[in-house]
Amino acid sequence: MTRPPLAHDVRIVDTTLRDGSHAMAHRFTETQVRDTVRALDRAGVEVIEVTHGDGLGGSSFNYGFSHTDEMTLIAAAREEAARARIAVLLVPGIGTVDDLRRARDAGADVVRVATHCTEADVSPQHFAAARELGMETVGFLMMAHRTSPEDLAKQARIMVDAGCQVPYVTDSAGALLMHEARARFEALVAEVGDEAWVGYHGHQNLSFGVANSVIAHEVGVRYVDGSLCALGAGAGNSPTEVLAAVFDRLGIGTGLDVMALLHAAEEVVRPYLTRWPKLDRNAIVQGWAGVYSSFLLHAEAAAERYGVPAHAILRRCGELGLVGGQEDMIIDVALQLAGSTAPRVS
Amino acid sequence: MPAKKPTKKLPAAIVGPGHIGTDLLAKLRRSDLIDVRHVVGVVESTGLAAARELGIATSTGGVDWLLAQDPPPRIVFEATSAKAHAANAPRYAAAGIQAVDLTPAHLGPMVCPPVNLGEHVDAPNISMITCGGQATIPVVHAVSRVTPVPYAEIVASVSSRSAGPGTRANIDEFTRTTGRAVAEVGGADRGKAIIILNPVEPPMIMRDTVFCMIGADADREAVSRSVHEVVAEVRRYVPGYTLRAEPQFDDPRPSWRDATGAQCARVAVFLEVAGNGDHLPRYAGNLDIMTAAAARVGELIAARRLDAPVRTGREVSA
Repeated sequence: MTRPPLAHDVRIVDTTLRDGSHAMAHRFTETQVRDTVRALDRAGVEVIEVTHGDGLGGSSFNYGFSHTDEMTLIAAAREEAARARIAVLLVPGIGTVDDLRRARDAGADVVRVATHCTEADVSPQHFAAARELGMETVGFLMMAHRTSPEDLAKQARIMVDAGCQVPYVTDSAGALLMHEARARFEALVAEVGDEAWVGYHGHQNLSFGVANSVIAHEVGVRYVDGSLCALGAGAGNSPTEVLAAVFDRLGIGTGLDVMALLHAAEEVVRPYLTRWPKLDRNAIVQGWAGVYSSFLLHAEAAAERYGVPAHAILRRCGELGLVGGQEDMIIDVALQLAGSTAPRVS
Repeated sequence: MPAKKPTKKLPAAIVGPGHIGTDLLAKLRRSDLIDVRHVVGVVESTGLAAARELGIATSTGGVDWLLAQDPPPRIVFEATSAKAHAANAPRYAAAGIQAVDLTPAHLGPMVCPPVNLGEHVDAPNISMITCGGQATIPVVHAVSRVTPVPYAEIVASVSSRSAGPGTRANIDEFTRTTGRAVAEVGGADRGKAIIILNPVEPPMIMRDTVFCMIGADADREAVSRSVHEVVAEVRRYVPGYTLRAEPQFDDPRPSWRDATGAQCARVAVFLEVAGNGDHLPRYAGNLDIMTAAAARVGELIAARRLDAPVRTGREVSA
């Protein structure tokens, strides 16, 4: 296994059309995807992720049904991208290798296989399939705040040994403080050496996404995720246009055209936003209590349905140690907090 | 010593003395209808030693040894691997031994006891589907027997500790098989399954959520009643199978549509599955419901073979 060649000092991967799917309640249209891909491609973004927010096969009651089938969106993205490669997310337990094959046929070049930060050993099957399909392989260790730097590095090792070229410190809850992020970056970089690159996926729940990205580059991380207008779960992701501007000021090459990205954010993405991710009470609680960012809209819906505050639901989700994918438990938590529906004895 | 009242029991064997096989043995030891006479593996193990302690004949000679026993068992419970079961199944069939398969081989009909065991009680090979399937398909069936279900989706959350290396190496097998069984056995037009591993300590008790798409004007009272009935049925063999809340009904939404494009409503059922704590820990309800369901299948088969009544109470697990 070799790590992919890098064209610049750092590779910015845009996930507006995947993580942003959460903030859009998975209602992206083909036109929105085409317009966004065209703008990102023109700005020099090398990798564009397009999938349901919860990855391939995520269209469901539990996470929300896609407005447009993700295979249609992936194929549309492929058509629009002159230079950029298209990535897809795959969460084992939700999506399968069958979905990956379909995504490959639709034009995906890169797969990002995501597991909870302690469960990397569910991913080898998918990495093996991806390598057979000739895809570049990225590994997401989600909720990276929930395990120690040492153990996170061991999990990255499992992924790399299974064929992952870029294991990521994935701060799904936007919970990592700067020293915590740094320790995890350093542990992964030391573990994988020159066998793989290390990546960082940040959320803005405590407002550290961009700052942690700078630290990441300082200690050897070479893949960094962003989203236009921060469009993503929770308070959103590190904004791609801010990352481009900051790295430009630091003299770190990204190959990105800052003005073109600002145009993409302002003129292409902003007009279609149904909500602009922001640091409101609920999103901050997610970073503070370490809650999976994608829970936000589901907690708001459950709050309205059951008459309990969303921030109380989210705090309880943190206390219970819920992990990504357990969106169904949000309803359960709301029901328990509402306390009105003890079942009859069966 | 007074002569023990002779009781007729069906001679049985367990192949694969790991944690699943050992837990199953504990359950079958309480049965009035099943007599586990042999436990076999291919290497010496704590499971084999434990069975020997109980006075059961054991061997590391595998299926060769088992089939040479006189008399051979009439029913075999297999808790090895899909590969091993695929190799062993034809030999059981040739010897006229009925097989209850707890592996992911899925060679015979997929059976969930309260749903379709009656149809398959004579099948030479019975697949126990998956843990998530055993936990959720009864509820899908409960809904689909009173109102059409165009789509059903289940989410199974299990503790990381209860997910073994086999499950982890082939997690797609779980999602595919369970999704298929939710439709084929549960009675939905389409099915989907999701599994989540959660490492929280202390370990979480297995949780399952069942979402069924139902018509806008479905009889919600009837659905709710049917769910309660089936939960009571499962509790006969898994006492820790409980509803977390009343079934939750949500009105139709634009993004919830059946194959014809009609807007549909949804019922959501939240389940907790605590194990019996026989050999496996209580939180591992996902493993317990497999062994309990397999024991239940064995009992009902034995009742038929022996022409004996099956008690309707908690004859196996309690």
